[in-house]
Amino acid sequence: MSNMAAVQNGVAEFKQTTKQLRVDIIRMIEAAGSGHPGGSLSVIDILTVLYLKFLRHDPKRPDWPERDRLVLSKGHACPALYAVMAHTGYFPKENLMTLRKLGSPLQGHPDRLRLPGIEFSSGSLGQGLSVGLGMAMAAKLDKSGFKTYVILGDGEIQEGQCWEALMAAPKFKLDNLTMILDHNNGQIDGHVDEVLPIDPMEDKLKSFGWEVSTIDGHDFAQIENALSQAQKAGGVPHAIIAKTVKGKGVSFMENAIAWHGKAPNKEEADRAVEEILNA
Amino acid sequence: MPKATRESFGEALSELAPKNPQLVVLDADLSKSTMTQDFAKKFPDRHFDFGIAEHNMIGAAAGMALCGKVPFAASFSCFLIGRLESIRVSVAYNKTNVKLVGTHAGLGIGDDGASQMGLEDIAAMRALPNMAVLQPADAVETKQAVAWALAHEGPVYLRLTRQKLLDVHDAGYRFAFGVPDVVWEPESKPRHYQATVFASGGTVGPAVTAAKGLLEKGFKVRVVNVATLSPFGPEAIEKFTLDSSRFVTVEDHNVNGGLGGAVCEAVAQEGTPVPVVKLGAHTFGESGTGEELYHKHGLSAPHIIEACLKNLD
Repeated sequence: MSNMAAVQNGVAEFKQTTKQLRVDIIRMIEAAGSGHPGGSLSVIDILTVLYLKFLRHDPKRPDWPERDRLVLSKGHACPALYAVMAHTGYFPKENLMTLRKLGSPLQGHPDRLRLPGIEFSSGSLGQGLSVGLGMAMAAKLDKSGFKTYVILGDGEIQEGQCWEALMAAPKFKLDNLTMILDHNNGQIDGHVDEVLPIDPMEDKLKSFGWEVSTIDGHDFAQIENALSQAQKAGGVPHAIIAKTVKGKGVSFMENAIAWHGKAPNKEEADRAVEEILNA
Repeated sequence: MPKATRESFGEALSELAPKNPQLVVLDADLSKSTMTQDFAKKFPDRHFDFGIAEHNMIGAAAGMALCGKVPFAASFSCFLIGRLESIRVSVAYNKTNVKLVGTHAGLGIGDDGASQMGLEDIAAMRALPNMAVLQPADAVETKQAVAWALAHEGPVYLRLTRQKLLDVHDAGYRFAFGVPDVVWEPESKPRHYQATVFASGGTVGPAVTAAKGLLEKGFKVRVVNVATLSPFGPEAIEKFTLDSSRFVTVEDHNVNGGLGGAVCEAVAQEGTPVPVVKLGAHTFGESGTGEELYHKHGLSAPHIIEACLKNLD
């Protein structure tokens, strides 16, 4: 996909596209009979803006050395990633319905060796930021201009390894690295601020030496602004704290912990799709 | 001249670096011990210290490898294996071209005691798909093992010693991945051996000493050096099954899951019934000199001699 075409995407178009991608997420998880709708629906707006406007990538050449790297460290939200990858032409859209089935490249968590375009096989939480950091270091070593984006969950950042990486990125002056925190305040056992509070996240990241933007992760203009800001090289890595709603777009899934990792049945999926399309 | 395999590793890095621009070295605050300091001095732009944060070092190595670098990430073997989940996913499952270098293997480190001794690392690494596990026995072999790891496309775990090891190979030795080599046998080969002793890393020297002692007593034993601990299948042992009354394995590692385990699995698969006597650590380590600990924990030459001679009924 050419970036020139993508640049024309405006808020209205993002709105239209993400409606369709939300429907795809619901339908593929329904077909799979398992999966994680909550965190997929919270991150889809960010992923859409990234893939349609910011990432330098070419679905026909997923191994292009100069491509930007995107690591979805919260790998359980892969239905959102698969939906946007199908939309941008990495694979035929009908493959979405093979999610989690035997032999499918669309594994329950992303698998780079089965699906071209996946940069890192994630799912074991806490590892993606370190991997993205290594990618950004390689770019610096090679004086290559590609950028690396890592999307973390807010429950995920409870993992100690994330903080090792958060300490290291400013040391190595990785202004080509952007961390996006999908701060939807939900994790399997409950709300993040009850299970293990992480806030004040902005203060913590700033004190670690990161430049930080806090945004509404469903407001396309704010997502675009923050990503534009992140692209400016200033010698320090950039973090975007995206305040999001788990299950965004489906009333009965919104902020409902139960929908972290549960598939809708036919009736629930139909209701969800109707809501999304009528919004 | 006796040399620690970690020293030879450090020399190999500096020698290989000029012709291999993608080679980078990662440390976690132990570069003085992992012997990467010479490399760091000569190639400062290609050496990265991650501080005492091994998880992040391993993950970053994976990310660098995914962008074409060939990272050697070094720490004590016990500290690397403590980050097994990062190794499992970021390295093995992602099949990233990362070379993990675990120094200070086993009881042989001596005084620092139990918490600093990697005694379970081989077992864990052997269970990982895609992971090649190497433990060289001396300087000549270490240099070649490092070069092999650099050229090999895929994850490698290289296990090295703190203590100096005697040379068991001559200068003309050629390391062959996956092929154990006979490092010592009597000049006049018998039709049948009292035992074939399998050793690796720090235990190869004591095994050779034991074999020489046994010859003086009239018992013929050969010593096989197992530098490739994974993959390790029946083909690694089949040529020794027909002419050995028994196998003895001796390793500076827990007696379960390492060399002894690998040999037992291979024997069971191969099908020729050969009894196996396993020598190795049965518990955590402790402080003392390396030699004292080898003696106390049953890895020294007298124990190997006993294992070769004792009644198996």
